Amino acid sequence: MNPAVNQPVSWGAHARHKSLLNTLLVCFCLSFCNSLLHADTLRLATTTSTANSGLLDAILPEFQRQSGIEVHVIAVGTGAALRLGRDGDVDVLLVHAPKAEQAFINSGYGSHRTSVMYNDFIIIGPAADPANIRGLKEAGEALRHIAQQQATFISRGDDSGTHKKEKLLWQQIQILPKGSWYREAGQGMGKVLQISNETNGYTLIDRGTWLAYSSKVDLDVLVEGDPQLFNPYSVIQINTQRFPDLNHQGAAAFRQWLVSQPTQQLIANFRINNKALFVPSANTAVAATQVAE
Amino acid sequence: MESLSSTTLEAIQLLLSGNAELWSLIGISFSTTFKAILIATPAAFILGYLLSSTRFPGRWALISLFNSLLSVPTVVVGLLLYILLSRSGPLGDLKLLFTETAMVLGQIALAFPVLVAMSLASFKAADQRVWETARTLGAPPWRAFATLLHELRYGLAAACIAAYGRIISEVGCSMMVGGNILNHTRNIPTAIALETSKGDFSQGIALGLVLLLMALGLNICITYLHRRSEASA
Repeated sequence: MNPAVNQPVSWGAHARHKSLLNTLLVCFCLSFCNSLLHADTLRLATTTSTANSGLLDAILPEFQRQSGIEVHVIAVGTGAALRLGRDGDVDVLLVHAPKAEQAFINSGYGSHRTSVMYNDFIIIGPAADPANIRGLKEAGEALRHIAQQQATFISRGDDSGTHKKEKLLWQQIQILPKGSWYREAGQGMGKVLQISNETNGYTLIDRGTWLAYSSKVDLDVLVEGDPQLFNPYSVIQINTQRFPDLNHQGAAAFRQWLVSQPTQQLIANFRINNKALFVPSANTAVAATQVAE
Repeated sequence: MESLSSTTLEAIQLLLSGNAELWSLIGISFSTTFKAILIATPAAFILGYLLSSTRFPGRWALISLFNSLLSVPTVVVGLLLYILLSRSGPLGDLKLLFTETAMVLGQIALAFPVLVAMSLASFKAADQRVWETARTLGAPPWRAFATLLHELRYGLAAACIAAYGRIISEVGCSMMVGGNILNHTRNIPTAIALETSKGDFSQGIALGLVLLLMALGLNICITYLHRRSEASA
């Protein structure tokens, strides 16, 4: 695997070399065991929107206090998170792309998909609004305006939940966005927000990230409230048969904890500038019907 | 956006206030780098010595290989390691992906060519008589090698410092195989990338300052070592 560890074995037989070699091996094993000894950890792959908005920082300490399980958060786009789940590299997922989630479950990669909370997507852009979309009721209509005016639009371009939603919206209005006005950033939500800010562009963003960052940028909310822009988050466990030795117990405990009444209350109470970022949905029938899309 | 000076001031306050999170990731950065250098150095030096002192077919190919590995992009090393260590990959059973060990492995892979190439240059420049004299005086090969290492200590230390420079600041590999997990695999470079994407520049600058100070300190060390080796030569 790595020559630094293997090579000295055949080398010196002398005692001093042996002790040096032993020290090195012990060092290596110690750092190796470090990762194995933490049995009570849970790897959560989630989206940049839940991690960067500060929600997880606010609620996870409570889970650790109650269960003694430490949650390792890996914040990536939903596409990457689902891939991590498929490959068995994480124990549990918290993602937001209903269609891709359904495909994930149907392929037998995961189970126990449970809706946790929702917020909505909004379209933001420069206050000058060159494509004149302010106040439009339909997101598709707004995108059509942007495409017609060839106004700068920054796409996530990273197969995240937000990117999937954006692609779906373009597909619905039968426009294939192309050209120098349409820029695929390939970055997380926060970075894309900054790029939009610096280039006076439009972008689709989840309300959680927007509320967390809005004080740092000079952009306006232009389109909101379209039912198309509903953004539900679900927790998904990994298939126990495919990867029997993942922390499935911890994953189940985490899922149950997320949808429990007190945690749902914690989510509802999470506010930035006195605005709620997420609406808990585990106990309402509304979310379940809308997730079905 | 706040002005650079006020952000920098905030950054210094953050450093001095002993922010636990900040110091934890500084600790992770230095511990992984230290482990990687510690593990990579012995084998790299022996290989460097063998490449300088022996002649065998393929020797030049091997030397050019290590020279080209010097400039291999860190993300490529990260990608390869990711594929190897993923649960669905060949080494998946080790469960190393997204651990500090994975980061150490990546850094070993990055540091190794630097250590080989620079120690090779040192060994080449070394006086052959050191080895011969030691052997003639009855030293076993390992003892003669130790003497040689001692003679070349300044050049070899410079190799270690260059390797340190290559891995302490790399973000691609650490991000991919470490996963940027707070208090576990978040190191200085990945944290700077994250904080910048969050628009939180003061923490990014604070961490940048730590790296800059370390780089400055090490550069002073290198200059000092060079002068020492010149003086002793």
